[in-house]
Amino acid sequence: MTAYETVIGLEVHIELATNSKIFCSCTNGSDADPNTHVCPACCGMPGMLPVANREVINLGMTAGMMLNCDINRTTTFDKKSYYYPDLPASYQTTQWFAPVAVNGHVTIETPEGPKDIRIKQIHMEEDAGKLVHDNLTFTTLVDFNRTSVPLIEIVSQPDLRNADEVEAYLERLRTLLRFAKVSGARMEKGTMRADVNLSVRPAGSQELGVRTEMKNMASIAAIRRAIEFETARHIDAIENGTEELVQETRGWNDDAGTSFSMRTKETAGDYRYFPDPNIMPIVIDDEWFDRIKASLPQLPEEKLEHYMAEIGLSEYDASALTQSRAFCDCFEGAMAAGAAAKDAANWIITNCAGILNKRGMTSDELPVPGSALGQLIALVDGGKLSSANGKRLLETLFDVAERGEAIPEDIAAFAETEGLLNSSDTGELEAVVAAVIAADPETAQAYRDGREKALNPLFGACMQQLKGKCDTQVLRELLIAELNKG
Amino acid sequence: MSENILFISESSEEAASGSQLTLGLDDLILTKGMATSAGSKMLAGFKSLFDARVYERLHEAGCAVAGKVNIGEFGIDLLGETSHFGPVLTAEGQLTTAASQLLANGSVDAVVGLDVNGAQARAAALAGQVYLKPTYGCVSRFGTVAVACSGETVDVSACSTEVVQQVLDTLAGHDDADGTSLPESECARLKSANSEAAPITQVKVARGLLATADEATQQLIEAAIATLEAEGIAVSDTAPETDKLLSVANLAWNILMCAELCNNVNRFEGMKYGYHAEKCQSIDELYTKSRTEAFGSLLKTAILYGSEVLATNNYDRCYDKALRIRRLVLEALTEECAGGTALLLPACAKRAYSLAEVEANPNLAFEENRFTAPAAITGLPALVAGGVQLLGNAFSETALLRLGAVLSSANLAGKEA
Ligand SMILES: [Zn+2]
Repeated sequence: MTAYETVIGLEVHIELATNSKIFCSCTNGSDADPNTHVCPACCGMPGMLPVANREVINLGMTAGMMLNCDINRTTTFDKKSYYYPDLPASYQTTQWFAPVAVNGHVTIETPEGPKDIRIKQIHMEEDAGKLVHDNLTFTTLVDFNRTSVPLIEIVSQPDLRNADEVEAYLERLRTLLRFAKVSGARMEKGTMRADVNLSVRPAGSQELGVRTEMKNMASIAAIRRAIEFETARHIDAIENGTEELVQETRGWNDDAGTSFSMRTKETAGDYRYFPDPNIMPIVIDDEWFDRIKASLPQLPEEKLEHYMAEIGLSEYDASALTQSRAFCDCFEGAMAAGAAAKDAANWIITNCAGILNKRGMTSDELPVPGSALGQLIALVDGGKLSSANGKRLLETLFDVAERGEAIPEDIAAFAETEGLLNSSDTGELEAVVAAVIAADPETAQAYRDGREKALNPLFGACMQQLKGKCDTQVLRELLIAELNKG
Repeated sequence: MSENILFISESSEEAASGSQLTLGLDDLILTKGMATSAGSKMLAGFKSLFDARVYERLHEAGCAVAGKVNIGEFGIDLLGETSHFGPVLTAEGQLTTAASQLLANGSVDAVVGLDVNGAQARAAALAGQVYLKPTYGCVSRFGTVAVACSGETVDVSACSTEVVQQVLDTLAGHDDADGTSLPESECARLKSANSEAAPITQVKVARGLLATADEATQQLIEAAIATLEAEGIAVSDTAPETDKLLSVANLAWNILMCAELCNNVNRFEGMKYGYHAEKCQSIDELYTKSRTEAFGSLLKTAILYGSEVLATNNYDRCYDKALRIRRLVLEALTEECAGGTALLLPACAKRAYSLAEVEANPNLAFEENRFTAPAAITGLPALVAGGVQLLGNAFSETALLRLGAVLSSANLAGKEA
């Protein structure tokens, strides 16, 4: 029996996290109500001229550098013509002749050890709109919010051999691009989509088999199933002649678990690429190149090493933090604001992560800057804020961010206005302690008789009256002193 | 014979008292208030959501805009004959443009348009009017219907060089909304305030192109030479290599123009706005029928030609080669025009064109444009005055206009007889 090898290359589309679209000033936000982030330019009306968004080029360069690519110092935008209702100008502006980055690689872990997956190129382009089909009325509506949203397409060489490698590759891309703040790269949100090019050949052969391309795969699980199905279909065709394989574009029906032909090479359109004369070639000088180079983040594994070896975190804490660039930024910010490493790590891994989880947010969406967390930790450590109220304050900061407001600079002042700070009035504490002892003389006596556990209900009663706003250490000392007096 | 339609839509606003000038805008320049049709059934009655930058600038400068001037479909024909609203004929029954007719009958002081393929340069030459196509990038194209973006520029026609300069003073300037717009300091070189512009002291005759013009046109050029020499301008011929490049400039321009046009008019598919074919069963049928019914035959020819030169199998030997020729022509002309030199050439091959003649050869615009393609393909400024064309180096507008004033007042057509 012949052994077969699957040869896979990926084209991964990633939506860039810019504020505005690629060639107009519309907000980049495809989640909004349909057709609310549109203008004559991204609706394909005559008369508008494209003005390239510099931030898109910055992110394209960043992605190229993160993926070890050569950056083309002169990069151009080109026009790709085709008719489709979601493409209002009937052409897409993309990069065909001189993409921003070429010849890179990404290293993945495999059971056989590290493996380099070569990157052919990364190009920048605009997304198309979204079609919404209504099968009851047989109508189709078009939403142009996504039109002209900036994308990069990362084209790999056919270096992947199985679904595990594909998954490892996609995970690695995701991590690198999220760390570099290029994109959230979330398949479930549609900000990361993959086209899978696949062929099958006898193991050891150098020639490539007939290639099919599956478009717009939106989850790793679906990609795994599609690779399994396509591989089996190709082998069956080769071995049993069940069908003649042709180079074609196929769709994947994840519910049915089958792929279906969309268009063959013969019927594929000619895209008639040519340079867009309205966008001057973009020349990346040394100053620009160096600025982007200097802005690249440490890789997550470098940070992990640093947190363990130099900061002294446990492997558990260090790896929990380095799952997310936002966690790392918050951790480093909190330390810069004076927090102890262990405290900062705990607050992020336990409290921040808990709130994120409760609110259905990802770790990259952590809205609390490190400076704010550092101040909060200092308040708790200094006895000005109880630990419970510290958590309440953290929740309040999430609320502030959710309302779209800025996180306050001065956390102590904010905690004060929120009424969460400990009472600094010992007179008030003494009065509460006296009242609690007076209200429960039996428990007080039990403590005096040597039952130390009797302190707990008394302490709890005090906390309840004070609504948690006190330095627990001071309260405990006052309570013991008052009991010992009687 | 049907009546000439000169304005396809007219301004409802009263001209402000004390207006500087009364202008017409050609039908490729978008305005919110007046329909913009690009001379095409496809866009007949189309109202833009915004105003072109040139309209805003004219408005701010206190000019009154009388209306939108009839042009040929998407501005690519010989003399406006392909307009959805019909051709414009002179009293003598010769083809002209609506812009030239409006200038001739005194309805407007100037017409601002978008030059794509030289129609208005030819019309101005035939009518003895003044026409300027400025240096590419000095007047914003924001709000003009895109046809052949790499070469088209906003142009100005009037009866005198003074009015052209006055309009140019208003129009020239940088615009962030146009990615090909040059810096303000360079745009400012086109204005009358720019006193440092070197005068043109030498003129070179493009003999190769001249030889393809008719007898009367050649005589007109000879009359222009005599006038210039009398002014102390040295006259010589262009180098043979330059002539060779000039002889293929329009082949290259036809490739670039049609390719860009094909791509730019793809957006007009009958769905979102403009002409919408009825009773279609599918979206493909809607696209096909709308375009088949709304586009004229010259435009369809250009679309097919453009589509062909961009096809993957043809790209290198057509489009890419045209880009190389563009660079060579620009290098040659820049060298020829160095040191206060302008090229002298006709704007068209004859002194008059009839509608019957164009109908017999509908592609005449792709042949006659051999005289206007050198400016279109290089982006260099070209002036038509006294029936002849002067082409100069970038930013030589004020010098060209000064020389143009001499040619305009010399009555060359009278001398030629
Ligand atoms: Zn927009």
